[in-house]
Amino acid sequence: MGGGPDKKGVPMKIVVDYDLCESNAICMQILPEVFEVRDDDFLYVLDESPAEELRPKVEECVNRCPKQAISIEG
Amino acid sequence: MIPPRSVTIVGASLAGLRAAETLRREGYDGSITMIGDEPHLPYDRPPLSKQILSGEWPPERSGLTSAEALADAGIELLTSKRAIGFDLATRQLEFGDGGTLVVDGLILATGARCRRLRATDHLAGVHVLRGLDDVEGLRRELDTGPSRVVVVGAGFIGAEVAATVRTAGFEVTLVEAEATPLARVLGSEIGEVCAEIHRDHGVDLRTGVGVVSVEGSRRVESVGLSDGSRVAADILVVGIGVVPNTEWLEDSGLTIDNGVVCDQTSLAAPGVVAAGDVARWPNPRFNEVMRVEHWDNAVEQGAHAARRLLVDDSAAVAFAPVPWFWSDQYDRKIQMAGRGRPGDEMHLATGSFAERRFAVLYGRAGRLVGVVGFNRPRHVMRYKSMIEDGVSFENAVSADV
Ligand SMILES: Cc1cc2nc3c(=O)[nH]c(=O)nc-3n(C[C@H](O)[C@H](O)[C@H](O)COP(=O)(O)OP(=O)(O)OC[C@H]3O[C@@H](n4cnc5c(N)ncnc54)[C@H](O)[C@@H]3O)c2cc1C
Repeated sequence: MGGGPDKKGVPMKIVVDYDLCESNAICMQILPEVFEVRDDDFLYVLDESPAEELRPKVEECVNRCPKQAISIEG
Repeated sequence: MIPPRSVTIVGASLAGLRAAETLRREGYDGSITMIGDEPHLPYDRPPLSKQILSGEWPPERSGLTSAEALADAGIELLTSKRAIGFDLATRQLEFGDGGTLVVDGLILATGARCRRLRATDHLAGVHVLRGLDDVEGLRRELDTGPSRVVVVGAGFIGAEVAATVRTAGFEVTLVEAEATPLARVLGSEIGEVCAEIHRDHGVDLRTGVGVVSVEGSRRVESVGLSDGSRVAADILVVGIGVVPNTEWLEDSGLTIDNGVVCDQTSLAAPGVVAAGDVARWPNPRFNEVMRVEHWDNAVEQGAHAARRLLVDDSAAVAFAPVPWFWSDQYDRKIQMAGRGRPGDEMHLATGSFAERRFAVLYGRAGRLVGVVGFNRPRHVMRYKSMIEDGVSFENAVSADV
């Protein structure tokens, strides 16, 4: 679960499965600098490879997405 | 703090699984055993009344984890095993198969089950919807032809079932005892919007009437309503709420009162925590003792309860979430955050009831306490953050979102 072991120097990459995403926007509430649901009701990832110190928050987004639509590579 | 030598989790669903995963993420290295009475690996319930009932997803897609992932994390899962008793003094669990287990850390996550209509057990065609087996049973009957479906209860689950089954082309009658669906949760104005949505999709919505009889010899054939009318039914789905699974804890020494009663930190007794649909605790943010039957609460409280087991009383923190919930019906996404209720001050923050796309704010004692959105996820989350920040109702109303 979560992001797996830290790979030094390899930035994480956020992957959203848009077939699953239903724009519940819980990720936006947790990490508005990375996820944004706009008025068109679609989710936009503002930063696919955020700074490493945001990893715990990104993991929280992964866990709290009701559609399990978010995953982390790296 | 000496961490528990082992942690046992009763209830192998959302709250239990998230608790187990959190223990590992927090570095806990003792043994973790999760015990559930269902034959399945932990799975997700929201898709049951949506994508799985509609047939869009195969049942397997509701899985929350895999046997490999559990093994990798060192989480032992015992399925088809039912706890029937616990004694706090001896810390012994008792199981339906005759076994016993003395536990150290204990997480109670036995969730809730559906209320049923009295005296319908002998009739085929009568369903509730809580688990994978329920949805498979219901789908099998829908697949074999009978076409007139009666849904009792227009709460969220009943409304979702009605929406899914109606969208699949079946004749649906939705019976609701209240004059307006969801009025007690959302207020009657928004409840009326829900009613119109069902009617526009061709659901025969009967409000202000209760079920007084269910007729049939071997299968359900019709349902009698309190206004004297009778509705033909090939399938009856009962969605009249849930009750927490606490009977097995009645004589445990724990306090049971519409759930396992916990303190603010999710602790029910030393070394015993509860989470998810089964837990009742005082949420200091709203100054209210609550039991919350929402997906996000099971995730959050599961994690919180796990962390609670790993810290001293002095380091324990209160569980003070802003509850949040969603429901998908037809092409509407209904979301609710906080504790708004009828009688609160209400303010339409964006959109309109006519277009069925809006966000409504709820204020009480000068504070923003709730928000309800129809197809307004961005607004709901922005206002949810404001509830967390303790923003005044006045400032929320004038905020630019
Ligand atoms: C059809 C459906 C649709 C839903 N849709 C939404 C939605 O759209 N949005 C939302 O926010 N929420 C939704 N929910 C609610 C959400 O799924 C629940 O809040 C969540 O499942 C609660 O998780 P839990 O782990 O606390 O309890 P549960 O999921 O109820 O799990 C408890 C587990 O413990 C087991 N158990 C019970 N007693 C014992 C025992 N004595 N011994 C061993 N095991 C036992 C049960 O069999 C079960 O597996 C929905 C629920 C259902 C049923």
